[in-house]
Amino acid sequence: MSKIHVTTTVNGDETEFLCDPRETLLDCLRNQLDLTGAKEGCGTGDCGACSVTMDGTLVCSCLVLGVEAQGKTIETIEGMAAGGELHPLQRQFIEHAALQCGICTPGILVAAKNLLETNPDPTETEIRYWLAGNLCRCTGYDKIVRAVQAAAAEMRETA
Amino acid sequence: MSVASPLPHDAARLHVTGTARYIDDIPVPRGCLHLAFGLSTIARGRITAMDLAAVRAAPGVVAVLTAEDLPFANDVSPSAHDEPLLATGTVHYVGQPIFCVIATSHLAARKAARLGKIAYDEAPPILTFDEALAANSRFEEGPRIYQKGDPAAAIASAAHVVEGRLELGGQEHFYLEGQAALALPQEGGDMLVMSSTQHPTEIQHKVAEAIGVPMHGVRVETRRMGGGFGGKESQGNALAVACAVAARLTAKPCKMRYDRDDDMVITGKRHDFRIDYRAGFDAEGRIAGVEFVHYTRCGWAMDLSLPVADRAMLHADNAYLLENARIESHRLKTNTQSATAYRGFGGPQGMVGIERVMDHVAHALGLDGAEVRRRNYYAEMSEGGPSAPPTAPPSPPERISEEKKHEDLASRGAVGETTQAAPAAPAGAQTTPYGMEVSDFILHGLTRKLLETSDYAARRAAIDAWNAGNPILKRGIAFSPVKFGISFTLTHLNQAGALVHVYQDGSVHLNHGGTEMGQGLFQKVAQVAAARFGIPLEMVKITATDTGKVPNTSATAASSGSDLNGMAVKAACDTIRDRMAVHLAQEHQCAPEDVRFEGGRVLVGGESMSFAEAAQRAYVARISLSATGFYKTPNVAWDRIKGQGRPFFYFAYGAAVTEVAVDTLTGENRILRADVLHDAGASLNPALDIGQVEGGYVQGAGWLTTEELVWDGKGRLRTHAPSTYKIPACSDRPEVFNVALWDGANREETIYRSKAVGEPPFMLGISAWLALGQAVAACGPHYPALNAPATAEEVWRAIGRARHGL
Ligand code: FES
Ligand code: FES
Repeated sequence: MSKIHVTTTVNGDETEFLCDPRETLLDCLRNQLDLTGAKEGCGTGDCGACSVTMDGTLVCSCLVLGVEAQGKTIETIEGMAAGGELHPLQRQFIEHAALQCGICTPGILVAAKNLLETNPDPTETEIRYWLAGNLCRCTGYDKIVRAVQAAAAEMRETA
Repeated sequence: MSVASPLPHDAARLHVTGTARYIDDIPVPRGCLHLAFGLSTIARGRITAMDLAAVRAAPGVVAVLTAEDLPFANDVSPSAHDEPLLATGTVHYVGQPIFCVIATSHLAARKAARLGKIAYDEAPPILTFDEALAANSRFEEGPRIYQKGDPAAAIASAAHVVEGRLELGGQEHFYLEGQAALALPQEGGDMLVMSSTQHPTEIQHKVAEAIGVPMHGVRVETRRMGGGFGGKESQGNALAVACAVAARLTAKPCKMRYDRDDDMVITGKRHDFRIDYRAGFDAEGRIAGVEFVHYTRCGWAMDLSLPVADRAMLHADNAYLLENARIESHRLKTNTQSATAYRGFGGPQGMVGIERVMDHVAHALGLDGAEVRRRNYYAEMSEGGPSAPPTAPPSPPERISEEKKHEDLASRGAVGETTQAAPAAPAGAQTTPYGMEVSDFILHGLTRKLLETSDYAARRAAIDAWNAGNPILKRGIAFSPVKFGISFTLTHLNQAGALVHVYQDGSVHLNHGGTEMGQGLFQKVAQVAAARFGIPLEMVKITATDTGKVPNTSATAASSGSDLNGMAVKAACDTIRDRMAVHLAQEHQCAPEDVRFEGGRVLVGGESMSFAEAAQRAYVARISLSATGFYKTPNVAWDRIKGQGRPFFYFAYGAAVTEVAVDTLTGENRILRADVLHDAGASLNPALDIGQVEGGYVQGAGWLTTEELVWDGKGRLRTHAPSTYKIPACSDRPEVFNVALWDGANREETIYRSKAVGEPPFMLGISAWLALGQAVAACGPHYPALNAPATAEEVWRAIGRARHGL
């Protein structure tokens, strides 16, 4: 099958790639663009390890086709530390020891950032339910929730 | 001081920026090929015909391998050589690899793997406990039995007796990173394998046999895993071996990763158990005698099932002094995935058995469960420490004969393993059912504190009042303790090595035999090295675990990672430090003991120099700045056939109180609050240890509540994706979750007196299951005999039993 040319903006950079029309956005990011921060935990939209945003909407990139990225703006974990400076969420995840094996971390950070963009002051319950689609097998989630709360507080102060 | 600090994980910055590399993220050379297995679709039978033409013709396919194409060993078993990489004429479970596709992309390989046409002569599969027992399908000749005292007589003469049966489900590891391996062919037929494994030496051994080279021709590297939990102790063998064989054949790098559903269908899980019990006790709830019969489904191959089933027996006492106990264990062979290691390694299953008994006893007498448990505890030892440990037996030479050379000596499943004559516990000592003295018991104090901080008594009273007034929503609260034995029960595995280099700029590079799977082992071990040299942590780097740096390693398992490797690293650092001290002392005409390493500086004879300068001086004086370190756990010896000895160096303790609510109309339920107090000795890193405790609790609670594995009548696993297999999510986390570490040093000489913390907290989750049982018991007069996992359906069924009897 012939490949399709896709032009898209990834982490602020105009990017193009060729993909098979059946290839997922996750595979395109990982295999064509060498952005391996988004992970495949299930491939069926159940674990959130592949989370990215597309035009500001949180999506499971394993459920999006690469061709759907045409003309869209994609943000991945690799774009989160602007100019090498860690985002408050990233810093608080380190501070709070909110990661163990770390493979869920990129997806959770992308999802949490998306939450704070629309809801800068979420309740604990809102955080927990927002992140319910991001599985973590290691941490038991407590430190993750605390790290998100701390980052939200920090961002509200500096906003 | 870098030990005992809550420092973040060593790779934390890489993780939060998405740049930490797992196997599937490693850039591969051009032309890398991808592998996928074609799987058996039946549970038991003979292959009568195999037509792989369509597979070979599929787009992107380079080659297809069957058992006949394997050049050397067709064996990925970590124990009894009963697990071929590719099926040899017969198949034994749905999901067994039969052929291997080598293709230009992962997707092409997977698609082609579906195209095989295989004809079978089907036989009726053995799937359930009853089918296996009826067919006498088992590993080992008969049941294994450990006994202490005369339980039958004790039960016969006891005032009260309870008996029952508990069905206890298995558990999928659900490491978020699936199994993966990458093989890179090297010159001269050597092979470099990168593997997501807890046991690089095992991979090295299996790959060497499969490609017909000595172990020195294979180097295995493991930087990190995206979770392991025991699921990567032996289950990565097949992928690594397949990649190496394919790489040898094609002279191209070969990579393989299981998609989630393949991973769940192919790989082994936690052993499920059926436990029959009978216990006699007095009016206070003190157990006079208890008998357990364990049945466990080991799956189709032996893997690590024998030591798993042994460890279940070894934890049938949990925290309780049982003067008369008998544990009989049946290891059943079934046509399902080969059950394997999973956090706790059978210990949790054994522990759930005795916790069920405690719960049943408390229900029968109308007593508080926490009180009944405390009455049955081992006695606490005086602060003076343990009575003198039996002097180490002069280890009789292990009987490792020549013809056993090919055995997997580094595997926990090693067959024909040696047993050591174990010294008897001192006369009059309180002992476990397997004759080990319990001399470090701390649960009385720990329990008192937890019941206080969790406000157990008042909350229990409030819940009783709530339940009396609310017919629909019922609440429950339960306490449960943990006493978990630390060491590999196969004694010779309790060893570790390390390699440390100090460079001229004072930076330190180290390797050890342990693997990083998120538990923070690298961080802890780096803290040890930094403390030994008195330098800041940034000067210490640990790189990927590598069989070329540290050989003959044991699996990172049995919670032993920091105990063993921390000590080995300490030994290596001390060797280098002592050499530096001797040299500097000579220079300054003082004693080596007077040279001090602290605060990034070295102080000698009134002079203070940076550690880097000290290293330079040592280098110029031609002092070796590289050393290996080695450690073996003292005082362990165990005879698994007799069930006697001292299999554990020490015990780790903990306790939890959990409160739940149950909707009696639907069985739906939720954890409202959990309070945990856990013993990590003098913690090396409280932040990492609390993380292990929280994660362990949640994973343990998941096992006993929502995580249900379902096989259909044909042996097909129907729960092979997160859509049908429910692990705890962020929204399931207890609403109130108070976790603290018990303040106290390990009485044994471990690394900085810390305690292992990987597995023990998993069993704290038992309190969630017990709390559900309490809520259900509030629905009626009968004992609800709640099984596990206590899914909404099972809770609902148990409510019926509480109301109407069995
Ligand atoms: S990989 Fe996309 S949701 Fe799991
Ligand atoms: S840290 Fe391992 S899955 Fe979240």
